[in-house]
Amino acid sequence: MEQFGFFILLLDATLRVSVPLVLAAIAGLFSERSGIVDIGLEGKMLGGAFAAAAASYVCSERLAAAGLEGLLPAAAWVGLAAAVSWSVLLALLHGVASIRYHGNQIVSGVAINILMSGLTVLLGIAWFSQGGRTPQLPPGGRFRPVVWPGAEAVAEVPILGHLYSELLSGHNVLVYLAFLAVPLAFWVVYRTRFGLRLRAVGENPEAVDTAGISVAGMRYRAVIVCGALCGVAGAYLSTAQSAAFIKDMTAGKGFIALAALVFGKWRPVPTLLACLLFGFLDAVAARLQGSFDLEATTPLVRALVDAAPFVIEALPYALVVLLLAGFVGRAIAPKASGIPYVKSG
Amino acid sequence: MATADAGFGLPRWAVNGLLPLVNLVAAFAVSGIVILILGESPVEAVVALVRGAFGFREAWGYTLYYATNFIFTALAFSIAAHCGLFNIGGEGQGYIGGLGVGLACLYLDVLPFFLLVPVAIVGGALFGAAWAWVPAYLQARRGSHVVITTIMFNFIAATVMVYLLVNVLIEPGQMSPQSRDFAEHARLPAMHDMMGWLGIDFPRTPLNAAFIWALACAGLVWVYVWHTRWGYELRTVGANPDAAVYAGISPARNIVRAMVISGALAGMMGLNEVMGVNQRLLLNFTAGYGFVGIAVSLMGRNHPVGILVASLLFGALYQGGAELAFEMPRVSRELVVVIQGLVIMFVGALEFLFLPAFRPWLQKRRQAASAAAAAAEQE
Amino acid sequence: MQANRDVSVEVVKGSIHGIIGENGAGKSTLMSILYGFYRADSGSVEIDGRTAAIHSPGDAIAAGIGMVHQHFMLVEPLTVLENVLLGAEGGPLLRDGVRQARDDLDRLERDYGLEVDVDAAVGGLPVGIQQRVEILKALYRGAETLILDEPTGVLTPQEATDLFRILAALKKQGRTIILITHKLREIMAITEQVTVMRRGSVVADVRTADTSREHLAELMVGRKVLLRVDKGAAQPGEVLLEARNLEAVDDTGVRRLKDVSLTVRRGEILGIAGVAGNGQSELLEVLCGIRKPASGELEVNGHVLWSGQERTDARRVRRIGLAHIPEDRQRMGLVTAFTAGESSILGYQGDAAFNGPILLHRRRVVSACQRQMHEYDVRPPDPLLLSSGFSGGNQQKIIVARELDRDPEVLLIGQPTRGLDIGAIESIHRRIIELRDRGKAILLVSVELDEILSLSDRIAVMFDGAVAGEVAAEDATEQLLGGLMAGLGNN
Repeated sequence: MEQFGFFILLLDATLRVSVPLVLAAIAGLFSERSGIVDIGLEGKMLGGAFAAAAASYVCSERLAAAGLEGLLPAAAWVGLAAAVSWSVLLALLHGVASIRYHGNQIVSGVAINILMSGLTVLLGIAWFSQGGRTPQLPPGGRFRPVVWPGAEAVAEVPILGHLYSELLSGHNVLVYLAFLAVPLAFWVVYRTRFGLRLRAVGENPEAVDTAGISVAGMRYRAVIVCGALCGVAGAYLSTAQSAAFIKDMTAGKGFIALAALVFGKWRPVPTLLACLLFGFLDAVAARLQGSFDLEATTPLVRALVDAAPFVIEALPYALVVLLLAGFVGRAIAPKASGIPYVKSG
Repeated sequence: MATADAGFGLPRWAVNGLLPLVNLVAAFAVSGIVILILGESPVEAVVALVRGAFGFREAWGYTLYYATNFIFTALAFSIAAHCGLFNIGGEGQGYIGGLGVGLACLYLDVLPFFLLVPVAIVGGALFGAAWAWVPAYLQARRGSHVVITTIMFNFIAATVMVYLLVNVLIEPGQMSPQSRDFAEHARLPAMHDMMGWLGIDFPRTPLNAAFIWALACAGLVWVYVWHTRWGYELRTVGANPDAAVYAGISPARNIVRAMVISGALAGMMGLNEVMGVNQRLLLNFTAGYGFVGIAVSLMGRNHPVGILVASLLFGALYQGGAELAFEMPRVSRELVVVIQGLVIMFVGALEFLFLPAFRPWLQKRRQAASAAAAAAEQE
Repeated sequence: MQANRDVSVEVVKGSIHGIIGENGAGKSTLMSILYGFYRADSGSVEIDGRTAAIHSPGDAIAAGIGMVHQHFMLVEPLTVLENVLLGAEGGPLLRDGVRQARDDLDRLERDYGLEVDVDAAVGGLPVGIQQRVEILKALYRGAETLILDEPTGVLTPQEATDLFRILAALKKQGRTIILITHKLREIMAITEQVTVMRRGSVVADVRTADTSREHLAELMVGRKVLLRVDKGAAQPGEVLLEARNLEAVDDTGVRRLKDVSLTVRRGEILGIAGVAGNGQSELLEVLCGIRKPASGELEVNGHVLWSGQERTDARRVRRIGLAHIPEDRQRMGLVTAFTAGESSILGYQGDAAFNGPILLHRRRVVSACQRQMHEYDVRPPDPLLLSSGFSGGNQQKIIVARELDRDPEVLLIGQPTRGLDIGAIESIHRRIIELRDRGKAILLVSVELDEILSLSDRIAVMFDGAVAGEVAAEDATEQLLGGLMAGLGNN
């Protein structure tokens, strides 16, 4: 029973750490399916995280000053709106560079990542003077866990009650949003006009152009969706999972999301599974550290246990490399991704 | 690389000189706006920055020390770019290269100084090259894109280094994950010492002999890329792989060759940081220099001369930015990172932003020139 | 560049109208303008007597114009149905359009004999079927006028026959068809009216019944003289290139060369005729060391190639005295981003003449290039100019100069005059004859039958990866070769 409890907690942790990965990976899916390679997921998420924390903090300050404590939950939503707007702006910058000016999409992505890693701290220090952090949000100013009806009542019921109260209930709204985003993305990509055009424009933009559809228009729409989702991911990091922006708080999650996207072969459901796998590995690694009594073991075992968290940490990256090399399956990117569309005779 | 054949029929001086310069100005203009938003004066900031970078002799030392790192990582990026590869893994290759240097200094310090230096250089080059070899091999033989694989290798490198420093290389009895200090003779001589030998007084700075090696590497890269058949083959693969195959040049072999050289050069950044400055192995000594190399190389149009100039500029930004942060309370060091991002954006991704503004003028010049040439031919 | 000059064409409703011209005559540009893919600088389009403003493919579709491009505009991973729907989905949800599309496609397939499996992924279908998908796309959008750009270039003769049957059926239903081609046979077979284009202008507009192949050919080329080259009889010597039973597969595993055996002797030109895509490119690639044959033997200038003992690549093959002027000069023959001097050593970059132990001496490269430029009359004679800055003819001269400069014994030439003007063609043809007379073995691949007929001493015709037949030049007629090219057999 105790093991089951541990397992539930592990799954719960997996869900929590997977959320930004899922959002960012689905964001990347829209962009890359349209033919715009995006290695700037990290930067957009980071920028979104800062925007959310800063806006939410300022808003909750104002509300508190005006004596409107009751309206505090609105601050979180203001933060979310700020994160989404800012991230969409960045996505449009990437879009203009890639679509309008036929710029190198890798370069543009790198630029956005670096720009955001600098700008968030620069502004953070200038505005809040806390070494790049934003001030702690009041409890009301962030996204709070939603406790499902009856969760506490059934918490003691073995297995099912556990599952309900620990795993399903008690997350904040952005978690549910993230996991809703996947079926929604699936539906959009495979069941709507937009999705059909999206899948086509990343494979053969000329075919889309000759069908009387604007290639640039499709791609701009795709990067906007990408930016919005990255913004939500960022807001999750700074106003839901924690209560402040911390310097470099994305810590490579954008790249893990990119890895998951590649691992999921640019398809929504496999991408979700890859995110959950990577999130699970992350959760396991976090729990492995320092959880064993090493005194009684041999040096070899000790060395292996020492190395285990690092191996697990590096596993997603290694898996993607192996996948791309065709050692475990094959991942083929949308054919036109990364190539600026220039009309040719 | 997209930049390889995108001259739009403009003269080379415009593509290699005018456009980057205009873009650089644009990047700085936006940076100025950021400073305004922070509530400071951009003009004063520029003055403080330039003074901080060049205003006193110590500043020169720091500026050139930063530039040393950038020369190495930018040369690394450029040589891969000439082969049509986007090596975004300079950071990881430099990190692992530094490990190679460090291992040589820690475990081979029975060697005398004059042997240890070349051994450390070879060690750094080999380790950096090995870290680039895997993605290169996978691209050449299995078709996996180096962009993604080198990004992944950056993260793997970071994990490997943390593991090694926390569990293996840590100085016994110490808490912080660092190796022991290198022996006296296992360090690169600092510039102030070398100047001292010549009887010149130079302030203490991190600038060391690696700077001279960086200049030499720039020269070597220049010779290799433009003045050897191997460089010719490398550039052919980068510019037109079909023509390379037609000419009997193996794209796969050149991809591996370019990446291995690239990784070795990135590894030299580890030489500067580990053997020259820190004189022990520690975490995160790469500090993003691998990524700055991308900006520097783009700005320098992947040419060693351009890279030297751009490295100096970025070195000055790094050093001047540190001084600026002291003088202006509302501006922190990260301003430099912002400027760096803007430079990459404008010079790299938006390189043709201002082309429409210049094209009519340039075409007019061109037409005038060709008319003159036609007239000359008739005579 | 002006690709079209003051072009006026009238097409009668419900007819099949041909537009013929050589490569580069401006046919495709004209049609791209009609389809709204390019904007014309001046002029107008009228449909049913009303001026139609066509600024984009969307406008063209709305005006009832459908286009089947030379390179299909299909999205390979998508199904036929999805490809047809793309741009004509009938609503924000695919569900809305799918049922309608299925019904309509069923009907169209029945009416015109356009059988296609609508749920198959397009990428896996044969070319002929992919073309049907393109036609279905246009018809589904209600195209009254269908433009087909070089539709038979990639088709087998059987598929081409099918296509013409479909076109005839479409015409019967009152649709208008514009057929762009450079093949006289097709024009004569199916069109009622034909417009001839040359160098961006319309040079004739005639009823097909009132004209003849010879007349059209003359109009296309622009002068009476056929491209006859003065040449004496060949003096064949020993065999310098011998291929026995070569087989080759491409990257997707399709057999591209089937049991090909050929010999070329010193002092003769072997012409390889055939419709593009029948294995000629793969043959050249095997002969020059780029593509490894699946089986068979190859001997060049006394050396066995691809024997498995020794590495074979283009570099080694060059060293044993074979030079190669490639089919696609911009893709293979030179590096447009390099200076002319750099392009002039492509494949010879390791030559001792240019290299020290380490350094490649640029001054030597430039002076060698300068000399070649003067010998071959390259303009402008500036080795420091970028290769992309030269005209097509001068680029080709740079390549020819480079390949002939080392006095090779065996010469492979692919499409030597594609896209060149008459002057450049004549000068290159003269060079080729001159080489033959100096005792070189020459293998010439060209899709221009005229070129094959006027230069070759013997002619081999390739069809579907195999040599369909070989004839001596004096016995060759256009009819005989045409039959072989169409896979109709030697008898």
